[in-house]
Amino acid sequence: MAEATASGASTGRKSIIRKLEFDTRLLGMVGAFVLVCIVFNLLTDGRFLTPRNVFNLTIQTVSVAIMATGMVFVIVTRHIDLSVGALLATCSAMMAITQTQFLPGLGIGYNTPLVAPIAIVVGLVTGAAIGAFHGWLIGYLTIPAFIVTLGGLLVWRNVAWYLTDGQTIGPLDDTFQMLGGIGGTMGETGSWIFGLICVLAACVAIWQSRRARIRHDFPVKPVWAEAVLMALAAALILGFVATLNAYEVPDRVLARSFEDRGLEMPEGYSVGYGIPYSVLILIAVAVVMTLVARRTRLGRYIFAAGGNPDAAELSGINTRMLTVKVFTIMGVLCALAALVASARLSFHSNDIGTLDELRVIAAAVIGGTALSGGIGTIYGAILGALIMQSLQSGMAMVGVDAPFQNIVVGGVLVLAVLLDIIYRKRTGDA
Amino acid sequence: MADRTGPPLVEMRDVSVSFGGVKAVDHVTVDLYPGEVVGLLGHNGAGKSTLIKCLSGAYRMDSGEILIDGEKVEVNNPRDARRHNIETIYQTLALADNLDAASNLFLGRELISPLGFVDDARMEAETRKIMGRLNSNFKNFKDPVKALSGGQRQSVAIARAVYFNARILIMDEPTAALGPQETRMVAELINQLKEQGIGIFLIEHDVHSVMDLCDRASVMKNGKLVGTVNVNEVTDEDILGMIILGKQPGEQNGEQNGAAPEPAPSGAEA
Repeated sequence: MAEATASGASTGRKSIIRKLEFDTRLLGMVGAFVLVCIVFNLLTDGRFLTPRNVFNLTIQTVSVAIMATGMVFVIVTRHIDLSVGALLATCSAMMAITQTQFLPGLGIGYNTPLVAPIAIVVGLVTGAAIGAFHGWLIGYLTIPAFIVTLGGLLVWRNVAWYLTDGQTIGPLDDTFQMLGGIGGTMGETGSWIFGLICVLAACVAIWQSRRARIRHDFPVKPVWAEAVLMALAAALILGFVATLNAYEVPDRVLARSFEDRGLEMPEGYSVGYGIPYSVLILIAVAVVMTLVARRTRLGRYIFAAGGNPDAAELSGINTRMLTVKVFTIMGVLCALAALVASARLSFHSNDIGTLDELRVIAAAVIGGTALSGGIGTIYGAILGALIMQSLQSGMAMVGVDAPFQNIVVGGVLVLAVLLDIIYRKRTGDA
Repeated sequence: MADRTGPPLVEMRDVSVSFGGVKAVDHVTVDLYPGEVVGLLGHNGAGKSTLIKCLSGAYRMDSGEILIDGEKVEVNNPRDARRHNIETIYQTLALADNLDAASNLFLGRELISPLGFVDDARMEAETRKIMGRLNSNFKNFKDPVKALSGGQRQSVAIARAVYFNARILIMDEPTAALGPQETRMVAELINQLKEQGIGIFLIEHDVHSVMDLCDRASVMKNGKLVGTVNVNEVTDEDILGMIILGKQPGEQNGEQNGAAPEPAPSGAEA
């Protein structure tokens, strides 16, 4: 073992890590992320880690991160989905024409309360239907996922184009726009309350899993390790909330909103944005997808089928239907991502989601999803998306030319896979 | 000795399976009584694995029928087989290497908590219980099974078959990858299961283990059944003769013109 050569200090550190039962891969990713942040913060004279930029980084990551969680399931089952960007465009187009053409035609006017919910449902149904269709082609007709979704990339990109005649459609419904990021946030108090609920939930979850292990007489971590975990979770959550709350709404925006209500803005009045609703969507997606992955039969079967398709089949799992389900989930998540992406822009544009398939796959792979199947985590994919977005916007802030940005991102993807291969060889975790 | 007076626990009657014109299993009939171990022997490619996969639901037979307790049943997929309490230990073990022992043991039959989530803690507890009985050296409950030794992986596969109250157990070369001590463990287990009245089909290459473990042996060659014999009425050489030459025990000069025991209609094989 390589550990035998490690110095005394580092074995001490390792044993702490082992006591806390941290995933070393997760630590590696967090390390990479922190490194990216620090380097860009130095290069931009501290402009990278301002509340404003953290806020922007967060809302820019949401769309890709939502899809990346679905891509984890797709890749874990040994498939790939190259069509997510195009699917996002079709869903976005459907939602846009629903609110600007279809619903007004039915007498449900622009900016009335029913518009946003109906548009969202239309988008989700579109995504689910297309995803299920892909899954059927792959699972039941046994066409390789690579081909189905490569075709889908072309088909859905141009279905979106056809639906909208290639036009930009907007502005979108006001309520709809609230789900895009800066257009809808929880405010400071709401964010603090939400943050505290999250801290509480995290602590209860840690405690519950400990109690379940004690009930069955399984070995448990020392109490201090659990406490450290809880404190760490609390610090992360509250730190995140504090940062987003520290990003203040610009005075002119505030002044305008007071004017709209016919009021005078008090002197020295200021208010922070807090957590955007789009981030709530991402958190909800992350929680649900993690639960599905770890605590449901569906998730168990997804990982089993990825680890050994024959074993899954012989265990009585309907792997064809499983493929349909996985791609349906992917489709629904594309629709959610389309909602966030178009709401953030406040309009549907013909090129929305272009090249997102690459960002999404890169996020999942950088997040530790093995292309050979069977291995991957939801939190890893989200972290992967965050790393990708940090790199991209960091380079933009430093003033790196657009072509070089893409060259670096492409290079990082390949490098990440190489590191992953080396890591797996080292840990014998092939 | 198993009681062979009633109807057989399972009977595969006149089963045929072809793959693209090649007859992998050609009108074969075998049966199995409660508390009995029937060895299935033959060269690689003799058709024994194919035959048995029809019973475990992995393959569909082209013709023939399966009877359990004398009644005809449909086994179209592994789920059907499990419903009839047919459990299989595959030669490849059919384990999902990336999952831990408990997840593999309960794969496809997870224990569910009242909220509808998989109950990992209870499954691990059950796994610890049955492993305590089968292989008390087994300690790696948290590791994915790919990190386990061959014997430990075999234990997981066996535990999976035994845990769910199998009545009919199919073992495809269960000792092929095992050391002497683990092989002995499997042999003890087989005898234990026999006493519980479970019927076992044992696919084996090693004639000696067949002589030790089985009550009867059915020998296949080129997709056809050479014959079924009571193990205590024949010698090693008799069985080897059946496997290699396709001749019946006591028969003098082996197969001539592809003569299987039944009057085989085809003279296609030279």
